[in-house]
Amino acid sequence: MSSTAQVPPVTATETKQKRKATHFDANPAKAGWATKLVLTVLCLAWFIPVLGTFITSFRPLEQAESSGWWQVFTQPSYIKDFTLENYHEALVGKGMGDAFINSFAIVLPATFIPILIAAFAAYAFTFMEFWGRDFLFLAIVSLLVVPNYVAFVPLSKIYGNLGMSGTFPAVWLAHIGFGMSLAIYILRNYMATLPRTVIESAKIDGASHYQTFFRLILPMSVPALAAFAIFQFLWVWNDLLVALVFIGPGENEPVTVALTHLKGQLGQGWNLTTAGGFFTMIVPIAVFLALQRFFVRGLTAGAVKG
Amino acid sequence: MTDITIKLINAVLAVVAGIGIALALYWVLNKLAELLPGRNEDRIKPYLYILPAYLAITVYLIWPTIQSVIASFQNDIGTEWVGTDNYTKLLSDPAFRSTIYNTFLWMLVVPAACIVIGLAVATLADRLSPRGEKFSKTIIFLPMAISAIGAATVWNFVYETRPEGQPQIGLLNAIVTAFGHAPVAWLEQSQLHFNSFMLMVVLLWAQVGFSMVLLSSAVKGVPVDTLEAARIDGANEWQIFFRVVIPQIKGTIITVFITVLITVMKIFDIIYVMTNGNFNTNVVGNEFYNQFSTYFNNGTASAIVVMLMIAVIPIMIYQVRHFKAEEAAA
Repeated sequence: MSSTAQVPPVTATETKQKRKATHFDANPAKAGWATKLVLTVLCLAWFIPVLGTFITSFRPLEQAESSGWWQVFTQPSYIKDFTLENYHEALVGKGMGDAFINSFAIVLPATFIPILIAAFAAYAFTFMEFWGRDFLFLAIVSLLVVPNYVAFVPLSKIYGNLGMSGTFPAVWLAHIGFGMSLAIYILRNYMATLPRTVIESAKIDGASHYQTFFRLILPMSVPALAAFAIFQFLWVWNDLLVALVFIGPGENEPVTVALTHLKGQLGQGWNLTTAGGFFTMIVPIAVFLALQRFFVRGLTAGAVKG
Repeated sequence: MTDITIKLINAVLAVVAGIGIALALYWVLNKLAELLPGRNEDRIKPYLYILPAYLAITVYLIWPTIQSVIASFQNDIGTEWVGTDNYTKLLSDPAFRSTIYNTFLWMLVVPAACIVIGLAVATLADRLSPRGEKFSKTIIFLPMAISAIGAATVWNFVYETRPEGQPQIGLLNAIVTAFGHAPVAWLEQSQLHFNSFMLMVVLLWAQVGFSMVLLSSAVKGVPVDTLEAARIDGANEWQIFFRVVIPQIKGTIITVFITVLITVMKIFDIIYVMTNGNFNTNVVGNEFYNQFSTYFNNGTASAIVVMLMIAVIPIMIYQVRHFKAEEAAA
């Protein structure tokens, strides 16, 4: 049943309105030319740098180095010379293809494991009574803003001693530790909004906490889990610092590290740098565009991260 | 089998093993708890559930914090106690002082600019048709998905400088030379910290989307009747914005401000990739990385981290208070 059905039709025009009145309808201030101009300028300023990167990544070296990318719009002969060679060279020649696999090997466990760990903790904080609960949760809240810089000096010493430097588990564990407080914070705040009666009736039916958690709470928390998952995925995929410190350049480097030395080599054109740069962006942009809704929810749920 | 297949198989195995171990851990923990007799099970279980989380936090945040404080009072290879030498050396070094000054400049400009631009887009886009709004917001929001190093690559290309007379392939210098001026090496202009501002543009480009999304949902949450009431009372659009909308979204503005502020205090990637702190653009995050990773000065690096920690404490206190107030209200 639509909500308009309850509104008594006063005039003929009002009955035509099918959808519910939104903020947009209710706000009489509509965009004038000045508003549209400002937004157009901003959108162009935001988009043109990416467009330039994108176009240059398809241009041959000599052209990319001797003429501006905008000239492809005025000289159509440039478009005919577009090539995928830069991507081939970046992926195969410069090892970004390997780095791409490494990035996935890093990001999947570094996203999934903290969610599992945090979901258990959030469940305990929301649905279980125990001594020290409030204090322990306040500790989480205060740790949200602690910069992860604190970990680098002591942990690289330990990783060195254990021979863990440069391995995947080294970065997984680091991202688990760094993402944990935000994960618990977001999930606990979400779980606190779930109806308690459901959990109580499960208890009466004889379900254990373990069963309640896996069969009830996890499925009900999917929006919050997804929100944090996207957050953490983008964070880990885009991370440079943690990867530089704990994995470093070499066999297991992710795309962000690979991109830094793609830039550092001499005699290299912008065609290759832009191709490599754009290559690192494909996955996060795809994830982002596909799951924007969840991402926005994640941002609104737990904005502060240290 | 090709190298890439082996690589792929190894990666898949690593992922499966990592995730499998995590799942097994909870299964074992739960079995252990169930072995305990009746009432103890319920008493112990919560602690078992939060144990892995606190283990991770302790190993990766709490213990390192303590270690960093200790290391900051030791020499650079951690063999001797040197008292406060690391701090006094850093703070009396003119180069580090300008690094701190630059970081303050970032903290002063970026969060505020982020809110102003984000709020402008949120408010203006709110007046477009729903489709136009969605489109313009997606464009502004998109850089959020891109890594800082990706953003730095994009903007390095915009700022690219070629010697005079050669064709300019950087957009900004192409515009400047088209107007008959000499090309400018944007990131080397340290007078009035011009180049630092050019670097801030990159972070703004990446962060405004975040600010816009939060502020946009806050602006939409402002009750329409308060706007109408103001309009009936004869307020103009500017008055409505500053006296009716802003006071009602103050909480969100503070949240955005704090989040961006923390990001800015730790800013590293953009400076590392674009100037590596040269031309007087250094910031604390980059200096830390260089002390730690380039010069292996653990004591100095730790002292920088501790100073950063101290700077964060007021924000931490605010967070805890804010959280307590919200819990009390709920």
